[in-house]
Formats: sequence, C-alpha cells, structure tokens
Amino acid sequence: MSEEVLQQASPGLIPGSGTVRAAKPTRLSPSFISWLQAGPMMLVFLAFFLIPLVFVVIVSFWDYNEYQLLPAFSGRGYTDTFEGCIAQLPDLCTIGKTYLKTLKLCFMVWGITLFIGFWVAYFLAFHVRSKTWQMGLSLLCTIPFWTSNVIRMIAWIPLLGRNGLVNSGLIKTGLINHPVEWLLFSEFSVVLALVHLFTFFMVVPIFNSMIRIDKSLIEAAYDAGATGFQTLVNVIIPLAKPGIVIGSIFVITIVMGDFITIGVMGGQQIAAAGKIIETRVNALQFPAAAANAVILLVITFLIITMMSRIVDIKKEL
Amino acid sequence: MSKITGTKGVSRRTLLKGTAGLAGLAAGSGAITGFPYVKSADAKVLRYLGTAVNEGDDISKQCLKDTGIKIEYITATTDDVTKRVMTQPNSFDVLDTEYFSLKKIVPSGNILALDAKKIKEFDNITPVFTKGETPGGKKIGGQGTAPWKVLYLEGKDSKKFATSATEFVTLIPTVYNADTLGIRPDLIKRPISSWSELLNPEFKGKASILNIPSIGIMDAAMVVEATGKHKYADKGNMTREEIDLTMKVMTEAKKAGQFRAFWKDFNESVNLMASGETVIQSMWSPAVTKVRSMGIACIFQPLKEGYRSWASGFCVSKGVSGAKLDWAYEFVNWFLSGYAGAYLNRQGYYSAVLSTAKAHMEPYEWAYWMEGKPAEKDIKAPDGSLLEKAGAVRDGGSYEDRMGGVACWNAVMDENDYMVRKWNEFIAA
Repeated sequence: MSEEVLQQASPGLIPGSGTVRAAKPTRLSPSFISWLQAGPMMLVFLAFFLIPLVFVVIVSFWDYNEYQLLPAFSGRGYTDTFEGCIAQLPDLCTIGKTYLKTLKLCFMVWGITLFIGFWVAYFLAFHVRSKTWQMGLSLLCTIPFWTSNVIRMIAWIPLLGRNGLVNSGLIKTGLINHPVEWLLFSEFSVVLALVHLFTFFMVVPIFNSMIRIDKSLIEAAYDAGATGFQTLVNVIIPLAKPGIVIGSIFVITIVMGDFITIGVMGGQQIAAAGKIIETRVNALQFPAAAANAVILLVITFLIITMMSRIVDIKKEL
Repeated sequence: MSKITGTKGVSRRTLLKGTAGLAGLAAGSGAITGFPYVKSADAKVLRYLGTAVNEGDDISKQCLKDTGIKIEYITATTDDVTKRVMTQPNSFDVLDTEYFSLKKIVPSGNILALDAKKIKEFDNITPVFTKGETPGGKKIGGQGTAPWKVLYLEGKDSKKFATSATEFVTLIPTVYNADTLGIRPDLIKRPISSWSELLNPEFKGKASILNIPSIGIMDAAMVVEATGKHKYADKGNMTREEIDLTMKVMTEAKKAGQFRAFWKDFNESVNLMASGETVIQSMWSPAVTKVRSMGIACIFQPLKEGYRSWASGFCVSKGVSGAKLDWAYEFVNWFLSGYAGAYLNRQGYYSAVLSTAKAHMEPYEWAYWMEGKPAEKDIKAPDGSLLEKAGAVRDGGSYEDRMGGVACWNAVMDENDYMVRKWNEFIAA
C-alpha cells in the first residue's frame, strides 16, 4: 500500500528520469534539478514520517476493545485522556499533571544543557587554536556515545544510591550522618542523567555555528573598544543563534518524548508524557496511545514553532 | 535551500550513471525479496514465542536431541507477547503465554486450541489446573483469572470458555508459581507476616511495587485487603469504586514517600533489593534466588493472606496445520515428559505434570523443592551454580503449603481500560 502511495505522490521522479534521458542533451530546468536533489529525502520523509503520522492520527480517532481496533469514528482516545480535567478543577487532571511535570523537566534540562553546551562549544571554537586539537577534543566529546545510553544512564545508580559511592563518601568525610535520599529516584537524578546524555546535542550545533563566525568581526569589536562581555553578547551570541536553536530543538524533542530515562532514574514514580503512551500500548489500547501521541506531537510542535519565531532558522542558515 | 545559483546542468553521462544506479538498486532489491527460501525437507523447526521463563538453552538442546525438533525462541515481555499474537499471528508457531492474557487472545481468534486427547500426560496434569485444588485436596483461591476458569473452550473454533471439561484446551499447562513479597531480613530484623507491611510507615522510602498495571493492582489489592480497609468480592475483577479505593490508598502512600521506586523488569527488582534501596517489595521467585546467589539475605516471605499466583502454558498459532501441527503436539508432549519439568522445578517454579518431573529429579532435590524438607545436600541451579547449602529449607515450604495458600491469580479485569487510566493517574500523582 505504501508503495502505491509513494508512486502517486512522486510522479515526476522515476518516470521523469526516463523522459529526460530520451530528450536532447540540453540543460535541465533548474527547478527540476532542485526537485531531483530534494527528491530522495522527500521520499524518505514521506515513507517513514508523513505516512506513519497520518496513520497515527487516523487510529487516534478509532474505537477499541480488549483485543482489537474498531475502525469506527470515536473520540474516546481523547475524551478518556482529558478525563476529569474540568470536573477536578482547580486540581489538575492526570494529563495536566503529567505535562506540567514533563515540561518542568524539559525546561530544566534545556537550560542546563544550553549553559554547559554553550561554554563547551565556546571553548572549542575560540580558545582552542589548532584545528587538530579542535577536532581531537570534539571527537573526545563523542566517546560516551560508544556505549548505549541505557548503560550510561544505569551507571549513575551505583554512584547515587542510598549505599552508593557518593553517599558513603559523604558519610566517611563526616559531612552527613544519614545517606541523602534525593540523589537517586528523584527529579534531581532524572535531570542529571538527561543532561549527561544530551548536552552533546547542544555542543555540536553551537560549535558548528561558532566556528563559522568570521574572526575579523571579533577583532573589529575588540578594536572598536568592546569589552569581552560586550563582544559575547553583541557579536557571538547573535551569530551563534541558529546553533542554539537547533541544539534546543534536539534537546526539547528528545526530552519531551523520553520515558526510559525518566522511568529508570525516577524510579518509575515520575510521570512522563511518553510513559502514558507506553502504558496504553502495552494494554493494547492503541487508539488511546495514538491520541496521546498526537497530543504530545502538537505540544512539542507548538514549542518548536515558538522557538523558530524567535530565530528564523531558514534565513540564518 | 531550493535556490541554485549558476546551474551547471547535468551531463548526459552523469545522468546515465544515475539511472543505471537506480536500476541496479531496483534489481538488487528485487533479487533480495525474490530470493528462494532454502528449506530442507526434514528440518523440524518451531518458532516459539514466549517470555524468558520457560526458555532455556538447555531445554531447546535437549528437545532437539530427543525429538529432532529445533526450537527458535522469540523472547518478549508478557505485554509484548500478547501484542504480537494480536498483530502478527503468523510470526510464530507455538505460543507460551499466561492464562490471564487469554481473555484478550481467545476472542481475537488468533490461536488454535489443542486437543486434549493428543496430549499423553493430560490426565496427569496437576489438579491445580483442572479442579482448582492441590493434589492433597486443599482448595485454591480462585479470584482473578484462575486457570480452571479459562482452560477449556466450548468447541474447536469457539471463542467462549467452557464451564466444564471439554477436549479443546486453550493452553496446555506448563509452569506456574505463587508470588509474594520479598524482604531483606538482615535490614528489617523482625518477622513479617502480612501484606499490609508494604505500607507500614516503618519502611518509608524503602518499599516498592511493580509498575505493570495488571499485576501491580493485584499486589495493591492484597495490601489494601490486609490493612482491613476493604474486602474484595474478586480482586481480579474489581468494580470502578474498588479500583478508585485501591488507587487512593496507594496514592496516599506514594505521596507520603512510602515507595523508593517502582520496578518494571526482573533485573530492576534484583538491583533495588540487592543494593538495599528497598527492604520490602513485590517480587518474583527467581529474582529472590538471584539476590541470594549474590550472597545477600533475601526471603520470599510467605504471608498470612496468601499468595498471588500465575500460570502459563502452550497453544499454537491459528496458522499452524499439517506436519507442523504434529510437531507442535510432539513438542508439547516432550515438554511434559519430565526433563523440562525438572528443569523448571529446580529454578523454583512448578511443573504442570509432577510425576514425570519427579522421575527426572534426585530424591533430595524433590524433597527440598517440593516437600519443603531441609536440603540433605547442597542445592544447585540447573546451570550447576550453588543455590542453597545443605540444611536450608525453601521459603514457604512445600508445594501443598505454597500452592494451597494461593489467594488470587493474575487477571485481566472487565474494567481493564479504566484501571489502566487510574494507574497512570497513580504514577502521575
């Protein structure tokens, strides 16, 4: 089925190349070449993103019972999800609480990864002079990615636990008498693990933007008498904006949908938008899961739209 | 991005190269899909979908040796097994699943009931499954999806469970056990005898429950009933009010910081207990064994309100027929013939046909695992590692005591959808 759709959706592509070959070896129209170049990516997007997404939206409006999907229109997936949202006012309903928590975690992780990521990128771009060292140090940043993110996450547990290294160290030095409980299975540990996992996604795009800043601009600022801080605020940050926004989009979309890290580091006690979807899928309630997926998508999309209002990425690139 | 300045044009040659590449790609992909599936006529292969419980390399090796049937394991979690039966019924031949999922699987029509007459040992299957009592005659609690309620179908293609014995069996029983709370006696330092201890403020921040809604709610119900707050007509089939009440009690405990964490898989439960993050939690038998094998004291504590039990068995996909169906019967018969049963018994589970398993175990092993007697010699796991030193007694004692003490079974409720929503609310609280 998807193949049919593909062919219908891209009529110009494969048959098109045949006609072109038969024609005279003259120039192809520039717009046709652009389409040809963008085509493969478009097809990939269509097949693996747009079509599945359409199915998710369709299924989210289906009904279901214990063991199957019922392809009849039903808003049940949505009404169930927002159950009690009006009745329980002023208390928040489940979905409200869940999204509030997810957004809070997301905001904290975003802020911290941006801060750390910006300064790591700044160091790499402006303080490391030789290209070799820049390359070497950037590669160094990727080393943690040689192991799976589950392992990087789980590695925190023996460190932060009640009888973990940090607690036993603190007790031995006499700083505390009782183990600190909030180190693990808390918002703290969730944020810590997420920052650890995703700071790199902030570093790369920001570094990429900074490395392309013309050094003579900074010299000009210096010559014009700008202080280091003024150069940073008026020259570097504005020019690094695209990198900042791209990095932010990476981090925000990942954290909004994450449920594994929040589950493991939060001791399964912290709600996450992704977790609701997982629970629904496991209970074979696919339309309800799809409805939640659509809600998550809309909210994430809204956040990203707001961010791209601040910076016009297309223009900046 | 779409602007191209100074178009160079594409020469005929590069374009030709490109189309040739495309054609090559198409030919290549065609060759892959059209590749003839080589299959020798004699290879007896069964794709076996199930959870890790019954799936041992030793079992599949022995099976190949005895019957010539090669077992290809497809391992998934309980939820994923059910999902797969619903969505890809042709992706497996033999299904190993739990009785409680039958309420979802049978109405889907994706499985084939097996014929009891073709199962050699069917009449020797423990009365736990057929009558709801132990071999010694103790009545077993039937709340939840007890196996004897869903063991038979009314007819070959029926989607209705029969109330009395028929020859059409939904799942041929294989393995089952009685679950309870695991505790760290070295950290608790006093006897524990009731499920209500899970919510005892004494263990604030050191308790845990599992975050699998259908099982977690049962443990929660055992706790609520033990505290005397409510007596359920059927813990495995609660009314909406009962679900609300259960979740309210658990939510209050959660907000008060009673739980250190919830766990979702076997290893998480082992880590929580072994590291001392928790001292009392819902647990599964092999997880307790694993903690103990690390040299850490851990007891699968029998409690006065009884056990929560589960059971699983075999059926086949509706797509299986002909010779393959014969192999499936041959495999199921082999599974009940003793080797596998003894293997499961040695892990602390129970086998469905006790007589054949007994014949494959040493008398001292049988005495320890099944009769609750002190071990005469060191007790070893199937892989040869030491489980218990001589003199140890199994937690909960004998088969009669443990299975006889079962209060309820893992279940799918009529109000499952509502329950799942409430569970999400509990996690978000």
